[in-house]
Amino acid sequence: MIVGLDMGGTNIDGVIIEDGRVVKRVKKPTNRDGLFESIWITLGELLSGYDKYKIDRINLSTTVSTNAIVESKTSPVGMIIQSGPGMPYDFLACGNENVFISGYIDHRGEVIEGFQISEIEKSIRLFKEKNIDSCAIVTKFSTRNPKFERNIKEILEKDFSPITMGHTMSGKLNFPRRVYTSYLNSAVHNTFNDFSNNIRKSLEREGIDAPIFILKADGGTMNISTAEEKPVETILSGPAASFMGINAMLPTNEDAILLDIGGTTTDIFFLADGVPLFEPLGIKIDKYNTLVRAIYSVSIGLGGDSSISIENSKIKIGPRREGIPYAFGGPKPTPTDAMIALGLIKEGNKEAAHNSMATLGTKLNITPKDMAKLILENMGDIIKDKVDELLYVINSQPVYTVKELLYGKKIEPKLINIIGGPANVLASILEKKFNLPCYFPKDYHVANAIGAALAKPTTEINMVANTSQGVLSVPELELYEKISRNYTVDKARKRAMELIKESALSLGATKDEIEAEIVEENSFNMVRGFYTTGKNIRIKAQVKPGLIHELRSDMND
Amino acid sequence: MIKAKNRLGLVFFPAFDWAISPTHPEREERLLYTQDQIFEEGIEDIEGIKFYNPIIAEEKDIERVHFPVPDVKSRVTQSHLISVGGAIIAFQAIMKKEVDKSFALVRPPGHHAHRVVYGDRGFCVVNVEAVMLERIRQEYDDLRVAIVDTDCHHGDGTQDIYWNDKDTLFISFHQDGRTLYPGTGFIEEFGGPAAYGYNVNIPLPPGTGEEGFLYVLDNVVIPILDEYKPDIIINSAGQDNHYTDPITNMNFTAQGYAKLNDRLNPDIAVLEGGYSIEGALPYINLGIILAMAGIDYSKVHEPDYNKEKLKQPKDITEYIKQISELVYKRWKIKDDLRLKEFKGYNYVDRERQIYYDTDGILENQVQRFKVCKKCSGVNTIDSSSDRGYHIFAITIPRDACSKCIDEGYKLYKNTSTYYSNVYLQDRVNDKYYFK
Repeated sequence: MIVGLDMGGTNIDGVIIEDGRVVKRVKKPTNRDGLFESIWITLGELLSGYDKYKIDRINLSTTVSTNAIVESKTSPVGMIIQSGPGMPYDFLACGNENVFISGYIDHRGEVIEGFQISEIEKSIRLFKEKNIDSCAIVTKFSTRNPKFERNIKEILEKDFSPITMGHTMSGKLNFPRRVYTSYLNSAVHNTFNDFSNNIRKSLEREGIDAPIFILKADGGTMNISTAEEKPVETILSGPAASFMGINAMLPTNEDAILLDIGGTTTDIFFLADGVPLFEPLGIKIDKYNTLVRAIYSVSIGLGGDSSISIENSKIKIGPRREGIPYAFGGPKPTPTDAMIALGLIKEGNKEAAHNSMATLGTKLNITPKDMAKLILENMGDIIKDKVDELLYVINSQPVYTVKELLYGKKIEPKLINIIGGPANVLASILEKKFNLPCYFPKDYHVANAIGAALAKPTTEINMVANTSQGVLSVPELELYEKISRNYTVDKARKRAMELIKESALSLGATKDEIEAEIVEENSFNMVRGFYTTGKNIRIKAQVKPGLIHELRSDMND
Repeated sequence: MIKAKNRLGLVFFPAFDWAISPTHPEREERLLYTQDQIFEEGIEDIEGIKFYNPIIAEEKDIERVHFPVPDVKSRVTQSHLISVGGAIIAFQAIMKKEVDKSFALVRPPGHHAHRVVYGDRGFCVVNVEAVMLERIRQEYDDLRVAIVDTDCHHGDGTQDIYWNDKDTLFISFHQDGRTLYPGTGFIEEFGGPAAYGYNVNIPLPPGTGEEGFLYVLDNVVIPILDEYKPDIIINSAGQDNHYTDPITNMNFTAQGYAKLNDRLNPDIAVLEGGYSIEGALPYINLGIILAMAGIDYSKVHEPDYNKEKLKQPKDITEYIKQISELVYKRWKIKDDLRLKEFKGYNYVDRERQIYYDTDGILENQVQRFKVCKKCSGVNTIDSSSDRGYHIFAITIPRDACSKCIDEGYKLYKNTSTYYSNVYLQDRVNDKYYFK
């Protein structure tokens, strides 16, 4: 028995899944001032009548970290940043106190110049003066050599907690993102840990000892203790939950467009051969670009409740929502009103809907019915245009080899999967616009909770093996080990698979659910002078998001 | 996040699966550390910097510039078409006004590729800048262009291609040909009869440093450009003047390259040579990117940068001053010099021996330029190689008058089968024939 909970901005959804079947669902309004209480009420109702001891795991998608960031309710952070030569660095000052220290490490991971102890002592003074407890240390190329980050952490440890070291956030190269990600990780640490402690205690009190997993933005999960150390990974998991929900209800192995059409917005996702498309580097939250792995999702201001006006003889839908639809007593005509007027939705006041279409229609000299049709066509066009634009960008992502440029994978969607209120109405319109089959589930109401419930642990590693230096590194695992001069790509690949599996196990995965794969693999001859001195091997491996088990098709009743 | 002052198009195509041979300087690893630096600095996230993938150039693009022997397919690989395609899309992005400037970090390089191509010389088969430029001229307009070649080696291929074209000013400063491949690029190489003075060479002594390069830029290159008033400036951005380069003897720096780019202010830069892949390229390329984007580059320098050690000796400074003065003086009196050189001639011949170091081919050729009052004049190349080819190639230039066009076609028709291959490149009608 799996419990899935998704905290959204408006509602908290909960489901219990047993043998691939949704056996119970609950929807409760979110109380923004008492997120924990909201969860607790939902969970209580969900579990009433069920045997708590049968719970195998609880999967939770939470907005506590996200909200803390967007509402600026995070802890103050002291940043120690070593930027070395290169780009200007003023723009990296994201903490409440920022100390830029001297010294640097180059792209090879070689220490070129050390920092001054006095700079760290000064930082400690400054942080203490401002009552800052949380810190982050980030040095340029720390993924290649974390020495300075580790040394500084040792010095800070007795006075400060938490301390985030940049190289533990991701093995990807991007110093500004590493700075922001580390900052956010320390900034949301207390918020998330308060929340997780509450959850742990409450579950204990209720006698539930099932493992708790937290949903990540990449559509996977991690156990709660990992989340407590890397709380930044819990941000923006909402779209990932809905993405996983669509996948659970409408499984496919094709290239596909996934749409979640809500009241205010439409979220767009893509699948490549059934595998989610990720943000190339990481997700953006507030003004920060991060290295947090995330499913590629784009949200546009278009939904069933978007307000409609006529400007210069043209229909304008959204991007704002100004209330509920006219047919339900709202202020402005909406796409939902168009659907009610056409009899495609049976709820609401049909006469009011018709009137709202008539008012708009007179401005264009067309009948209310034509007006309503035009609105739905227009909605289809907006989605089509946006999807085409995104596909163009996605398919022109930089590539670095002749082979990729000539034969690289291009996403060519074969179908569209839609969830959300207007899904069934828009499906036939989008089918014509895209000339692709559109599918929608009968019941989508708790899709996010289902997505959260069925998500399983995911992880990624970025390995560099430099046989010339004799070092193999996987920064995100804090692994820097010696290798021999004749280390090969085959060995590196095997090691990467071992490590990624170990990493998944440490996140709480069970052996049989780990789907590990090598995503990228490159090996370069290193030549100095006229002699080959070694190999520079680069491997990226992942456990991709997937479902714990498939949903039984009879769930949609 | 940082915002670029100039919108910059970046084509970063390291061709990680292409090499001349496993230990050759032009190997897969060449731009690996540059990529590391670009990624780590977060260049991808800078607002106003846009990345482009190369397009694949067509055979037709090559035929506007070169006479590959026997044909394009036998000499030019997909890798070359992609390298050129990277430069083309960089230029197109500017013409479409999507960006203000572009930098094409592509390989293989191209500035040693002449008009006739029997194979690879100086790691080049296809002249990237020339093929790019002629495609743009075909698609858009007959632009007036200056190509400034800052590679340490003389851009002899580009010189050959634009030898007789005064709408394409070619300026190259490089390590003196008496001390380095390809052994050309002297002051006296000044252009063909229709463009005498529009091929400017500034040979520099080994050991030239920041001071010398920037002196040449400020005192020769920029004054000439100010007078020439090009629509577009292209920088053949070779990076082998660096003090750590393994195959040259100069003392230039990443900071110097960035300053040079900043002052030269090119519309497009295209990577050429540069083989200090760990110690120089990551920093030079970063410097150029920042300079082009209008972002502060003052903090860019190499790990082992030592200003004192790299200071240019006085005698070199003096020598460079003299050379600069001489070159600039010749530019000022180029019209008089042209009269002296070509007065009374109907045809001007240029005889050369060309060695293809990479492929080990020896070519002998005679170029013949018709001196025409109305246009640049139809011109021909009679060339043979030690691989058994003896070819005859005719070019009708872009600005050809009707008489020269007719003469070109007549020549093509009447050239006997004595030659193994005969080519006609008609740039007026964008046609290419061979028999």
